[in-house]
This record gives sequence, structure tokens and C-alpha cells, in this order.
Amino acid sequence: MTALIEAAELTRTLPAMVPVTLVQGVSLTIHAREFIAVTGPSGSGKSSLLYLLGLLDRPTAGDLTIAGEATGPMTERARAALRLAMLGFVFQFHFLLPEFTARENVEIPMRKLGHLTQAQMRERAGDLLASLDLGGHVDKRPEQLSGGQRQRVAIARALANDPPIVLADEPTGSLDSRSSAQVFAILSDMVRKRGKTVLAVTHDVDMAARMDRRIHLVDGRVTSDERA
Amino acid sequence: MRLVLEMAVTHIVGRGPQTLVAIVGVALGVGFSIAMAALMQGTQDNFVAQLVDTVPHVQVVDQKRVPPRQPAQDAFAAVQIAGLRPREDRRGILNPTAALASLKGWLPGRMAPSLKTQGVIRFAGRDVGAAIIGVDPRAEAGVSSLAKDFRMGSFASLAAGGSNIVVGDRMAERLGATLGTNVSVVSGTGLTRPFKIVGLFHTGVTARDESEAYVLLKSAQILSERPNTINEIRLRLDNPDNARLVAARVEALLGTKAVSWQEANESLLEALIIQNVVMYTVVGAIMLVAGFGIFNVISTITHEKARDIAILKSLGFPEGDMRRLFLIEGLTLGFAGSLVGWSLGYALCFALSQVHFEVSSVGREMTRLPLAWSFLHYVIAAAFALLAAGVAGYLPARRAARANPVDIIRGAT
Ligand SMILES: Nc1ncnc2c1ncn2[C@@H]1O[C@H](COP(=O)(O)OP(=O)(O)OP(=O)(O)O)[C@@H](O)[C@H]1O
Ligand SMILES: [Mg+2]
Repeated sequence: MTALIEAAELTRTLPAMVPVTLVQGVSLTIHAREFIAVTGPSGSGKSSLLYLLGLLDRPTAGDLTIAGEATGPMTERARAALRLAMLGFVFQFHFLLPEFTARENVEIPMRKLGHLTQAQMRERAGDLLASLDLGGHVDKRPEQLSGGQRQRVAIARALANDPPIVLADEPTGSLDSRSSAQVFAILSDMVRKRGKTVLAVTHDVDMAARMDRRIHLVDGRVTSDERA
Repeated sequence: MRLVLEMAVTHIVGRGPQTLVAIVGVALGVGFSIAMAALMQGTQDNFVAQLVDTVPHVQVVDQKRVPPRQPAQDAFAAVQIAGLRPREDRRGILNPTAALASLKGWLPGRMAPSLKTQGVIRFAGRDVGAAIIGVDPRAEAGVSSLAKDFRMGSFASLAAGGSNIVVGDRMAERLGATLGTNVSVVSGTGLTRPFKIVGLFHTGVTARDESEAYVLLKSAQILSERPNTINEIRLRLDNPDNARLVAARVEALLGTKAVSWQEANESLLEALIIQNVVMYTVVGAIMLVAGFGIFNVISTITHEKARDIAILKSLGFPEGDMRRLFLIEGLTLGFAGSLVGWSLGYALCFALSQVHFEVSSVGREMTRLPLAWSFLHYVIAAAFALLAAGVAGYLPARRAARANPVDIIRGAT
């Protein structure tokens, strides 16, 4: 099985008088169809690692290969294209575009990619939202949705271009237990039914326990990496 | 590209109040720039227009630019002759009929011959010095701006039989005379003739209203004992800008001095150049201030969108899209604001044009604010607004797009 994501000695430090290390020498190999929990105490660098893997940030040292392509020497444009097609990102906070409806928020990445017709995009956005229990809210704007609903729209948006990799930063962090369970079920389905690779940061021990692999971070380093 | 365009539209429409503020901001800048430019330019144009209107476009006088060659110069082979009393031969434009006929064929405008002489108008024991100007009423009406300044009577009244005269209203006041009064005119040569006042004019220029008196050309020739003589031809051209050319041609043709209005008012026109510089500086400064306001409003909006830029970037939009998105938004707001600003500017100009003044203590009365209705002002103001708006959209977007989205995402949670 070939590696989907290959991180070698990834390090990210912030330049300062006393440089702050966010991530220190992280090496990971992530394969397709893995369902991975990233855990660790607050401030351990979980989000920072996800930003690096999601090509939102650049490592100060180390190499990152995604789907066999070294990302280091890529231009900004190439990285953007890779993000668009390969990576779905769910933030801790929903980060929807406030002026656009739920459907439009989901359609925007599809339209940028431009692989589908207008009608297909519309249908797919509707299906995605419906599958996330948002069938009745497609034409609402983020401000008209609850926190849990917004987070689900954000997940739908992350899945819009059917990316092989989904990175989620505490996707259930701001949700009640019912919504959390719902979101977890969605992520789980994505791996089990759709064959995606999901990497999710979580503080929820039970949730982590139900995932295939747990990567634990402390002070920016991987201290344990265990498979179920 | 279509996606970017649609997103720009959604942004603009979706943020109603902000969009409104931006459009109003641009509109105010554009509107006031237009109004100020119209006022400044109008003042300038009005000044020149009044000048061109009141003075003859070309004035042919019975002088030579170079003093005539004196017999002494022919008699003695001297290098230079000074202190010579020249032969007295200022007798006016000789053979006026031929002179006028030679102009008639080609002159792009109208002309009026006149004989100007000094005299005194006498009534009820009061003497008032006057410039007695003998004119051909019909020709004069076509040339002189005075024709529309008559309070009572007109040039035509001069020809209504008998010895008639028209004077300025201030002159009449000083004499204690009025329309229909019979006054005596004493010429420089000592002749006295009775005249009846058949017209009163009021130019607003005190010096003229006080001291000009018009009679028939024939009467002036009799008074000054210079039969069949004129000493001035005044031309009114269809296009006053040609005055210099026409003057040169007339001078070559008649041999007497022909002065264009530009030449006659050279120092004034020079002062006008300085005024022009001041005007452009002021209008430029107003536009700069307006442009800065526009920049401020739109760049604030763009700044507020930094988070959206980070989100779009995280979704896989390249930086160029973000720059384009906000450039389009800036330009759209600038364009919409310019359109509203045009109406505002037009309305302001209209309002200003309705303002009336009564200023009669100064020589000339200005009853309305002079405004220049120039489409160029609108174009320039809008171009400036578009530039400011475009830059205001582009620059902050470029910065936000270049920034690490993680910094913005971290900052926003
Ligand atoms: N701009 C910054 N300047 C200084 N320190 C920073 C900056 N950004 C992050 N850090 C530090 O880097 C460390 C890692 O941050 P990160 O957000 O990755 O932690 P985390 O594991 O996601 O924490 P949490 O569970 O609370 O979300 C933290 O100690 C944080 O204080
Ligand atoms: Mg975090």
C-alpha cells in the first residue's frame, strides 16, 4: 500500500527572539483509508501539524510528500491546486463565507475546480447537505444556522470536491454530544463507506478510542503512534 | 473568472449597509470634486467671457506701431534723430469708406466704425466731461456689448431724427438729466450743439456709465470738425479666439494699428495663468482628499474581509483570484459611487447655479455663481475615484492574500 501522506522530520518554528517551536521533527506515514485521531494537550501543536499537512503552512524544515508529490518545491499556485482537489479542511471554527448560503458555500470549491456542470454541482451540494441532515437549510446563510449546523455545512464544503484526504481540527469541539456523535458518524462513514482518509484532532477520549490510529503529540513531538 | 465575478457581486449585494456607505463615500468625493471644479472653472471662464464680451475683439485705431518717417530723416543722413517734434498728422483713419470696404469681404464677424472725441456735456449749469463717441447705430448694435445694457431706449433711437444722444445712467444722474432731457454738448474744438437724451445704458462698469456718450457718427464728425473721418473700427468676431490672426491681417491691410483683445489685456491674461495654476492645485487637492476618503472606505471593507481571503485560500483559491476579487469589488463600488456622484455633482452644480447675488458696490455686478458645465470634470472625477477605489481594493487584498492564512485563521478563533 503506497503512502498518501509522507512527512519526514517536519519542523515548524516561528522566527522570533526566542524561536517558538510549533512542531518538532514529526515523521508520519499515512495510508489511504486510515481513520486517525490526533490527540495531545492544549498547545501541543495539533493544529499546527494539521496546517502543515493541509498545505496551509510551510514547514521550516523537513519534507512533506502528498500522493507521491514533494510539496516543498511547489509554487503557491500548485499548492493551491493540490488543496483544491486533494484536501478537505474542517476548522475548529466553521469558517463559512458569511454572504453565501449553505449551498453556495459548498458549491464554491466545486466551481473553482470546474469538473462538474452547474446542474451537477447544484445536485451534489444538495445531496451532501442532505446527507448531513441539512436538507431543509440549503438556502440559509451561516448566520441563520446553529453552531452544529454550520459545522456540518463546513464538513460538506470540505467534501465538495470529493478529496481523498480530510483534515479536521476538533470538528466536534464546539458541538453538543448529539451533534458530536452525528459528526463523528459522518467522518467514520467517509472512511468506511467512501474510502477516504480522515485525520481528526480531538480531545474526546472515547471518540479517539473508536478510531483506527491515535497519534499523540506533546510539545510539538509525536510521543506515541498506536494502531488499534 | 466568472466565479470570481459572481462572488464579488454576492459580496457587494450581501453587505448592504457597508456597500451603501462605500457608494455614498465615493459619491460624495466625486460629487464635490465635480461641483468645485465647475465653480473654479466657471469663475475663470466667466471672467474671460465677460472680458471678451465687453471689449472689442479687435480694435483698429488711427495709430501706427512705428512712428511715421519724418521729413527730417530724409533730409539729413543722421543715424538717429531725437527730440524732434513730429508733423501733426493724427487725423484718423483716412478714407473710411474704402477701409471698411476692404474688410467687408473676408471678415469673419461684424464691424463698426466710430469717431471718438472728448467733450463736455452741459445741463442746468452742470458740466460733465465725456467721451463723445460717434457711431453708426445699426453697425454698433452688432458689435458693442452695450446693446444689451440699455435701460431705456437703444442705439436705434439715435437715428430717430434730430440730434440725439445716449448716455450712461450715472452720467444722467450727475447731470440731473433723464430720458428726454435736452442737454448741450461742447466739443474739444469749442463747438456747442444741443442734443436730446434718447437712451440710458447701465453696463455696471462705473467708469463707462459715468463718462460715455453716444451720438450719430455724423454728429461727432461735425462736433470735432473732422468731416468724413473715423478714428476707430471695432470688430466683433464670430470666434474671439481668432482675434490675433484677424488683427494681424487688418493691420497689414490698412497700415494702422489693430489690437486684438488678447494683446490689449495681456497682463490680465498673464495673471489668469497664475489663477489657472491655483485652480488646478485646488481642484487637484479636493480630488486627492476625495480619493483618500474613497481609499479609506474601500480598503476598510477589504481589510475586514481578510478572514474570507484566508478561508478561500485554504479552500484552494490561488492568490491571484483574491486580488482580482477585491479589485473587481473596489472598481464596482467606485463605478457605482461615480454614477451616484455624477448625479450628486450635477445636482450640486444646479443648486449652485440657482444662487443669486446682489453685488453692486464693486464696479461689475455678479448676479449668479458662474459654473462651467464640463463633461471633462465628470470624466476626470470618475477616473480618479475608480483609481482610488481600485487601488483600495487591490492593495489590502494583495497583502491579505500573501499573508499566511494560518495567521489569520489563528487570529480569528
Ligand atoms: N503566532 C504564535 N506566536 C507564538 N506562539 C504561538 C503562535 N501560534 C501558536 N503558538 C504556540 O504554538 C503552540 C502550538 O499551538 P497549536 O495551536 O498548534 O496547539 P494545539 O495543540 O492545537 O492546541 P489546542 O488544543 O488548544 O487547539 C502553542 O503553545 C501556541 O501557544
Ligand atoms: Mg488547536
